Amino acid sequence: MNAVRKRRLMIVLGLVALVAVTVTLMLFALRQNINLFYSPEQIVGQEAPTGRQIRAGGIVEKGSVDRNQDSLVVTFTVTDFKARVPVRFDGILPDLFREGQGIVVIGTLDASGTLDASQVLAKHDENYMPKEVADVLDKEGLSPEDYRAARAEGKLSYPEADRP
Amino acid sequence: MLIDVLPEYGVYALILALALSLLQAVVPLIGAWQRRPLWMAFAQPMAWGQCLFLSLAFVALALGFLFNDFSVDYVANNSNSALPWYYRLCAVWGSHEGSMLLWSLLLSLWGLLVSIFSRSLPRDMLARVLGILGIISSGFLLFILLTSNPFTRTLPAAPSEGADLNPLLQDPGLIVHPPMLYMGYVGFSVAFAFAMAALLGGRLDAAWTRWARPWTTVAWAFLSLGIALGSWWAYYELGWGGWWFWDPVENASLMPWLVGTALMHSLAATEKRGTFKSWTVLLAICTFSLSLLGTFLVRSGVLTSVHSFASDPSRGIFILALLGLTVGGALLVFALRAPQVKSPVSFGWLSRDAFLLFNNIILLVMAITVLLGTLYPLILSSLGLGSISVGPPYFNALFVPLATVLCLFMGLGPLSRWKRMPKGELIKRCALGALVALVVGIGAPLMVGERPWHVSVALGLVLALWVAMTSLRDVAASLGRHGLKGPARFSRSHYGMVLGHLGLAVSIVGITLVSNYHVERNVRLNVGQAVEVGGYRFKMTNLADVPGPNYQATRATLQVTRDGALIDLMHPEKRFYTARRQALTETALDAGLTRDLYVALGEELDNGDWALRVQVKPFVRWIWLGGVLMALGGGLAVWDKRYRRPIRRLGEKPS
Repeated sequence: MNAVRKRRLMIVLGLVALVAVTVTLMLFALRQNINLFYSPEQIVGQEAPTGRQIRAGGIVEKGSVDRNQDSLVVTFTVTDFKARVPVRFDGILPDLFREGQGIVVIGTLDASGTLDASQVLAKHDENYMPKEVADVLDKEGLSPEDYRAARAEGKLSYPEADRP
Repeated sequence: MLIDVLPEYGVYALILALALSLLQAVVPLIGAWQRRPLWMAFAQPMAWGQCLFLSLAFVALALGFLFNDFSVDYVANNSNSALPWYYRLCAVWGSHEGSMLLWSLLLSLWGLLVSIFSRSLPRDMLARVLGILGIISSGFLLFILLTSNPFTRTLPAAPSEGADLNPLLQDPGLIVHPPMLYMGYVGFSVAFAFAMAALLGGRLDAAWTRWARPWTTVAWAFLSLGIALGSWWAYYELGWGGWWFWDPVENASLMPWLVGTALMHSLAATEKRGTFKSWTVLLAICTFSLSLLGTFLVRSGVLTSVHSFASDPSRGIFILALLGLTVGGALLVFALRAPQVKSPVSFGWLSRDAFLLFNNIILLVMAITVLLGTLYPLILSSLGLGSISVGPPYFNALFVPLATVLCLFMGLGPLSRWKRMPKGELIKRCALGALVALVVGIGAPLMVGERPWHVSVALGLVLALWVAMTSLRDVAASLGRHGLKGPARFSRSHYGMVLGHLGLAVSIVGITLVSNYHVERNVRLNVGQAVEVGGYRFKMTNLADVPGPNYQATRATLQVTRDGALIDLMHPEKRFYTARRQALTETALDAGLTRDLYVALGEELDNGDWALRVQVKPFVRWIWLGGVLMALGGGLAVWDKRYRRPIRRLGEKPS
């Protein structure tokens, strides 16, 4: 093997090693930082891990929102019409948070089964349904359109909060 | 009346533009292949005509918005007669169809500029470049006409009132952010076209890089400005006080920026030294592909965010097909042609070439990191493997070490010479900069702040100072040796480099300080109550209902004092937009070079209290100031005399 080839080989080996290390680190960082999504039914069924950040989503149950009188702590219940998960959040709810609205919560599950939320996401307009929530409802045989129609006709057991 | 049929004229203009762009795609390329001067000469007039007709279509749509023509679906969905006229005008690119029209218009504008400013290129090269641009343009115009026609009408029963523009977009930021960002995105198509033209022509020498360099730099400057504006807009408009969320849409604009930065530097090496020829072409292809991928991600509806408007799957598939054809075709040409290219020039491990190569690789790894974090959830969910999201910790964990290495080499690059740099001289040149960076970077947070010293603050400041000191070193040394005449000897493109690197240093200072030292409190307040945040006292003195043109607002007044002295009166608002029945937080800012005060109204609570988000954000403006400096640096580099001189001389030659 002549000198030029030897040097090229070293360069190629070095690059391969570098790429391998980088990809390993990336995948490791990725594993540490992905948040899995669980439906309320899965959470009540104890499928979700406690003490680790997860995402959960569903419809905010009518009449469940309760604000503490002298702090920003708020509790409410998220439902997929099969199971209910209590959520506790200390902070400011997004503009589009309303009872009857589909939301996504990022937080950790404590031992008592309450989801301690670090973020509450309610995006877009009042007809928007987060994708995960739509999927959860889909499993119940409800499409977001059905849900919206049922809500409009007042047939739903959890009707939407009064619109302003 | 002309105004009644304006949308039809718009569609007609779009069809004519498509016809011209198809001609522009086919005829000059065949002409260049068969060496027929007449066929090649088609390129320029077609580019001009295409730009003219797209401008007409754009004006037609804009007039539809100005005159509230709600029979046009797109106008009805995104405008309202109560909307102020300037937002009605910006609503043209406020949603999917119109922003694709803007994309195409800007693409044709770049084509027009190339046909004017690069007219002295060899004829076959110009024909190929404009031909490639014509192919891209045809693809996008087909996309608009087949799936997203902005002129579709609802007749005869047109709605009497529009659904209004998304309130989040009713903001001065919207006026400038998308056109800037698109100028950047689309501008990389010019670099791509030059690279492809060089490959097709089999002339992959250093010449094409000299022609492509200014175009790439301009596109990069626009993209930098667009990203900075987007970050600024998110900061004050979303009401959370964050300036970067690692949202897929932000990532979509960051990826082409990272690879575009690598391309800009690699072009410099290829032009000056003839090194990295194939690598540069590959980067040009990657940059434009990532611009297209960004468009796909944002427009296809696979992501949910403020930006994703299209939820029609046929659109997503069309863009994906366009992306696949472009990338596949380009890589195929590359694979067929590139192996013939040799870069016979060698260089040592300590040289500007080597440092540029290292940083190219690091920038690419950063882009791959972002790509992985953005696409991983999409791939998993499309394979039915569950729904996940990748959080900001992933990106931060990888970006901080990568950026650290990047900054180290970024300092060494400008100090070293091409080809080979003796170790002793390199150390001598960077010793002062390194010493100052270490001492000030570690010492400053100890001396000034009331806050505890933190290793990440020291790291950020050391890196920023290192980059700043090393980029200024040559000018400073020359000032010492030759007096005031010294700095005049450097070219404008050298100062462009200095300004660009300084811009990044300024951004790093901002990012470091605001991430580590910001103070944030969520409180409940009523009139007469006060809260202390970060040494400032915020007292709510008034709450009032204020009517707006198309909304109702509640406005709070906060008196801000520090040590008893009045700083500012702040007026955060909560707006309720009547047409969309949507609430919106209007933040109040007291902006300053060393700190921002940030107040946002949350929601009204049971007893009349309001939830408030109160934040003190030190040095947050520096992040965007750095972006502006980088863009100015790009502009200065293009202003360099050497880009104008040879072209003028070539132009005088009889051809």
